[in-house]
Amino acid sequence: MEDKVISPEKEEEAKLKARYPNLGAKPGGSDLLRKRLLQKGQKYFDSGDYNMAKAKMKNKQLPSAPTEKTEITGGHIPTPQDLPQRKTSIVASKLAG
Amino acid sequence: CLPPSLSLCLSLSPPADIISTVEFNHTGELLATGDKGGRVVIFQREPESKTEPFSQGEYNVYSTFQSHEPEFDYLKSLEIEEKINKIRWLPQQNAAHFLLSTNDKTIKLWKVPVLKPMDLMVEVSPRRVFANAHTYHVNSISVNSDYETYMSADDLRINLWHLDITDRSFNIVDIKPANMEDLTEVITAAEFHPHHCNLFVYSSSKGTLRLCDMREAALCDKHSKLFEEPEDPSARSFFSEIISSVSDVKFSHSGRYLLTRDYLTAKVWDLNMESKPLETYQVHDYLRSKLCSLYENDCIFDKFECAWNGSDSVIMTGAYNNFFRMFDRNTKRDVTLEASRESSKPRAVLKPRRVCAAGGKRRKDDISVDSLDFTKKILHTAWHPSENIIAIAATNNLYIFQDKLNSEMH
Repeated sequence: MEDKVISPEKEEEAKLKARYPNLGAKPGGSDLLRKRLLQKGQKYFDSGDYNMAKAKMKNKQLPSAPTEKTEITGGHIPTPQDLPQRKTSIVASKLAG
Repeated sequence: CLPPSLSLCLSLSPPADIISTVEFNHTGELLATGDKGGRVVIFQREPESKTEPFSQGEYNVYSTFQSHEPEFDYLKSLEIEEKINKIRWLPQQNAAHFLLSTNDKTIKLWKVPVLKPMDLMVEVSPRRVFANAHTYHVNSISVNSDYETYMSADDLRINLWHLDITDRSFNIVDIKPANMEDLTEVITAAEFHPHHCNLFVYSSSKGTLRLCDMREAALCDKHSKLFEEPEDPSARSFFSEIISSVSDVKFSHSGRYLLTRDYLTAKVWDLNMESKPLETYQVHDYLRSKLCSLYENDCIFDKFECAWNGSDSVIMTGAYNNFFRMFDRNTKRDVTLEASRESSKPRAVLKPRRVCAAGGKRRKDDISVDSLDFTKKILHTAWHPSENIIAIAATNNLYIFQDKLNSEMH
C-alpha cells in the first residue's frame, strides 16, 4: 500500500496560496524579476504630477496604495504613502579615532 | 580535517555599517572588507613574533577609506547606493597593492601603498574610475589571469575592461530581451577562470551556469558549456525556481571545478560534466518546511556566498543564526559553527553546533529550527589562499578564525 506523502515544499506552497489567493501561478517570470531589478533605487515623488493627477480626479477618490505583492506600474501616480522613506546615508567616518 | 579547531583571533565591530563584502588578497597578507556605507577597511597580518607566540599572524587595521558615496541619478529619480558589492584584489606586480571596489554602478581601482618604517599611516589613492557602463546593478567583478583586463557583471550584461582604460568597455554578454516582458532570467554572478584568460563562467537566477570562451566570438551570448541539473517535474513547486537561483559561483584554485550556492545547497561541478553536479551538500535543508514564511519575509532571496579552501578539499558557506558550514569533500564530514561574541572567547576552540527539526530529539546544546534568528545571516565569508584562516562577516561584525593546530592545508 502506498502512502502519499506531500513534500514539505508542496505543503509550504499550499500555505502560501491560501494566504495570497491572488498570487500568480508563475513565481519567476518577468513580473517578479522586473520588480526586483527596479526595486533598488527609490522613486521620488513628483509634486507636479501629483497635483495634476489630483486636479483631474477631484471628484473621485485617489487610488489606494497597492498591496505589497503587486507591482507599481508606470501609469500609477505615487502618493506620499506609497513611497519608502529615504534612509539617511552615513557621511562622517565612524571609524575615526 | 573536520571539525577544525578554529579559534577566534579577532572580532571587530566598528559601530558602523553592515559588512557587504570580504576578500583576502592573493598572499593572504591583506584582508579587505567593504560595507553598506561605502567604506573599505583593509587589515594586514602581523608577521610572526618570536617573543609573543600567540600573537603571531593576527590581523590589524592597516587602512580605511571612503570608496563610494551615495549618488542620485536625477534623470531617473533613482538613488544609487554607496554600498560596496564586491572587492577584488589585483595580483601583486610591484611594491604597491591594488584593489577594485564596486557599488551598483561604478567600479574603482585603488592603490594601496606598502607602509614603510617611517610612515605613520597608509594613504590609499584612487587610480581609475570605471563609470557609466551599467544600466542595471553590478553584482560581480573578476580580474583576469592576464593581469590586464577584468569583467564587471550586472543583472543583464557583462562588460570587459582594460585596467588602464576607463572611457570604454566591451560588452561580452547581453541577455536583455528585446521586450522586457519576455525577461525570464538574470545574471547572478560571474568569474574568470583562474588560469585560462579566455574562459569565464556566469550563473543565472534559473540555476544554470554558462562557461564562455572569449576566443570563440566577440559577443559571448552563446555558451561553450551549459551546466544544469535536470529537475524532477513531480517535485516542482512554487518555490523551485527561486531556491534554484545561484547566488554565488567560484572556480576552484585548480580551475577544474566550480562551486555554486543556491538557497538550500552548495554544489561542486566538474568542468567536464555539464549534466549534473559532482557533489551536492545540504546547507540547511530543514528550511524546506519554512519556505512560506521565508518568502513572506524576503529571506528566500538572500544571497549567500561560498568559498574554497586553498587545497580545494573543503568548502564553506554561511547560513542563518550566525551559523556557517564547512564540508570536507574527501571525508564527507561537515560541521556547523557559530560566529558570535557569546559563543566564542578569544583563543577558545569553536564548538560545533547542531540544528534539530522542530519537535525532533534535542541534545543539550542543540537549537531548534523555530528558534533560528533569520536576521543574523552570514552572507559573506572568505578563506585565506593557503592557510586555515577564515574571515566571517556577521552583519556589522567581522570575525577572523584561525586553526592553530592545523595551520597547513590538507
